[in-house]
Amino acid sequence: MSGAQSLESRIVHLGVGRDETTGAISFPIYPSATYRHPGVGESTGFDYTRSGNPTRQILEEGLATLEGGSRGLAFASGMAALTTLFLHFSSGDHVIVSEDLYGGTYRLLEQIFAKLGISASYVDTGDLTAVTAAITPQSRALLLETPGNPLLGVSDIAALAGICRQHNLLFCVDNTFLTPILQRPLDLGADVVIHSGTKYLGGHNDLCSGVLVAKDVALGERLYFLQNATGGVLLPQDCWLLIRSLKTLTLRMERHCQNAQQIARWLQRQPQVTAVYYPGLEDHPGHELSKKQSSGFGGMLAFRVASPELARQVLKKIELISFAESLGGVESLLTLPAIQTHGDIPEAERERRGICASLLRFSVGIENVDDLIADLEQALN
Amino acid sequence: MSDHTYRTATLLVHQGRDRDPATGASTIPIYLASTYHHTGGKSGEYDYARSGNPSRDQVEEAIALLEGGVRGFAYPSGMAAIGSALSLLSSGDHLIAPDDLYGGSWRYLSQVLPANGISATFVDQTDLDAVVAAIRPETKAIFLETPSNPLFKIVDLRAIAAIARERGLLTLLDNTFMTPLLQRPLDLGIDVTIHSATKFLGGHSDLLAGLVTTADPTLAKRLKFFQNAFGAILPPFDSFLLSRGIKTLKLRLEAAQANAQILAERLAAHPAVSRVYYPGLPDFAARNLHFSQASGAGAILSFELKDQAQVAPLLQRVKLPIIAPSLGGVETILTHCWSMSHAAIPVVTKEQLGIRETLLRISAGIEDVEDLWEDLEQGLSRG
Repeated sequence: MSGAQSLESRIVHLGVGRDETTGAISFPIYPSATYRHPGVGESTGFDYTRSGNPTRQILEEGLATLEGGSRGLAFASGMAALTTLFLHFSSGDHVIVSEDLYGGTYRLLEQIFAKLGISASYVDTGDLTAVTAAITPQSRALLLETPGNPLLGVSDIAALAGICRQHNLLFCVDNTFLTPILQRPLDLGADVVIHSGTKYLGGHNDLCSGVLVAKDVALGERLYFLQNATGGVLLPQDCWLLIRSLKTLTLRMERHCQNAQQIARWLQRQPQVTAVYYPGLEDHPGHELSKKQSSGFGGMLAFRVASPELARQVLKKIELISFAESLGGVESLLTLPAIQTHGDIPEAERERRGICASLLRFSVGIENVDDLIADLEQALN
Repeated sequence: MSDHTYRTATLLVHQGRDRDPATGASTIPIYLASTYHHTGGKSGEYDYARSGNPSRDQVEEAIALLEGGVRGFAYPSGMAAIGSALSLLSSGDHLIAPDDLYGGSWRYLSQVLPANGISATFVDQTDLDAVVAAIRPETKAIFLETPSNPLFKIVDLRAIAAIARERGLLTLLDNTFMTPLLQRPLDLGIDVTIHSATKFLGGHSDLLAGLVTTADPTLAKRLKFFQNAFGAILPPFDSFLLSRGIKTLKLRLEAAQANAQILAERLAAHPAVSRVYYPGLPDFAARNLHFSQASGAGAILSFELKDQAQVAPLLQRVKLPIIAPSLGGVETILTHCWSMSHAAIPVVTKEQLGIRETLLRISAGIEDVEDLWEDLEQGLSRG
């Protein structure tokens, strides 16, 4: 593809024109595990699918383009991407992690990497002084989720990048909630972007995938080495499905944002709702910062209802919205973080962070917004 | 999903079934089984994949819900859908078809059906008197396209449905250009709607599929019989993919339509262009009729270049659109109707119909419209 300037057009044309043999608009799925060598010591560029696959290559190039990085890498799940990233560190290393984060990341660090000698500190990354205070001589990296999960706290990417540069920390930003359509952390100084591609990038609740995008070439090479060496790669069929998904990412994100904004405002007016967490609301503490570093507020919001019983009632009564883990799909999902996504965080720690049993997280889909509101309304009453 | 009547955007996402009853999975599994165990020797809901498959059921239910039909049918291509729907006719029957229609349909009606003893008369269906005049004692059906392909003739669906009802004729409409999002023919009295779901419904230029639906339970029963008997069914993986495409139809089509409107307006003002066919233009002759039966102008337009010598350079110079037959994908597609979509129609007929060598068709994609226009403009600039 050539001629297109905007990201919007480039993403639609991902893979178009790349199959020179047939001109196929949809790039083919290459299920082949291995490739014939033209001769001894010669290669077509593809040897073995774990090391490289034409369908995955198109996807990975597209992901790098989207995030503005030098190299994209696709994994079989978001956790596989994160595991590969953590393998970059060595025993004795220390990482600083934003405390408002996905429970699975916490589990991975506390139950697996801790045993491998990698320690982690969890800090409120909204507080720059707290981040600086957590840095030790062993600190190697800062892992940030912004907006946070599930409370949608916003951290200042550019300011944190400055701290990381100063202390020689690898700055890793999980961009799952906003996607490169709304936020480009590498442009703001991050070194690596992480995605659970299962979420908005895939967008249909029908595939698991993970993504790493490295800004500089050397780091990209190192992460590729780890991807190939540990083998948690995304398989060709799913690579193709993810390519297909990226083509509607812009449209989907726009609608997710519109619907979430309307629902957040509606929830604020409900007497049974005691708090609404959405960066698009003017009274959200991260509202101004979001406007500065992101071009939209995303499709995720959280809200607190009057009692844990009411939270349970809502989850029982919703009809259109599904009570399910995950997020980022065209279909709306409601989650009870305390027992689902964040169940692996100890209760006291959870409560301290405000993840109580009356907190609901809402991944707003692209359905008609009035239908979604009607469903919430009947479930709350 | 409950029995509640939802609005279109919601229906598109959730369709008829949005949860796997066994596991709660948000996506209906892709069932590849060709056959099903008959517990205790008794047949359950499914017995053989040609006759019924949960993955295919999902998409068949979706089209029925979206078009307001009682039942939907999925085929491995748009032509398979047309062929299967036209099997409602028998040897000796006669059919009235539009003179300006998709080349593949023209070929089927003029070269395949006659061998089965079914004849067709091609008339300009915008002329209702001509339609009535073409009716013979053995006429059984009227086949329709509106807007027509590629000249955007608009046929009055309510009037044709009334003519057909009066005479007991079956009406079948190819609704591919509009999709049920913009035009719901069954509500206007049409008996059967047909889609090349390869186009907007699938929407990514990556699958072949055809869909048929009807609001008439008797016709549905016959269509089911033919589908099962012929066996041209949409396979499970493609059924899943089509269902997945339908989930973003509204977003895609609205974005593509907005792009088409801008391209149509700019092309109409371009000195190299002699004429633009697009229902969204204020001077489109049948604009009122179109908008009386459809809620949007769609994402396809045709235009005529003044100078035939500009066609080849344009096709060579444009970089962004895919130069190909087909339409309805997220990527913009530019078609030279004469040599591509309508190649099956003899030169003489094409000339009679007004499908000239200078005619081009654009299926607007969802790219940034300024990128598309810059590309078209540079393609048109150096004559």
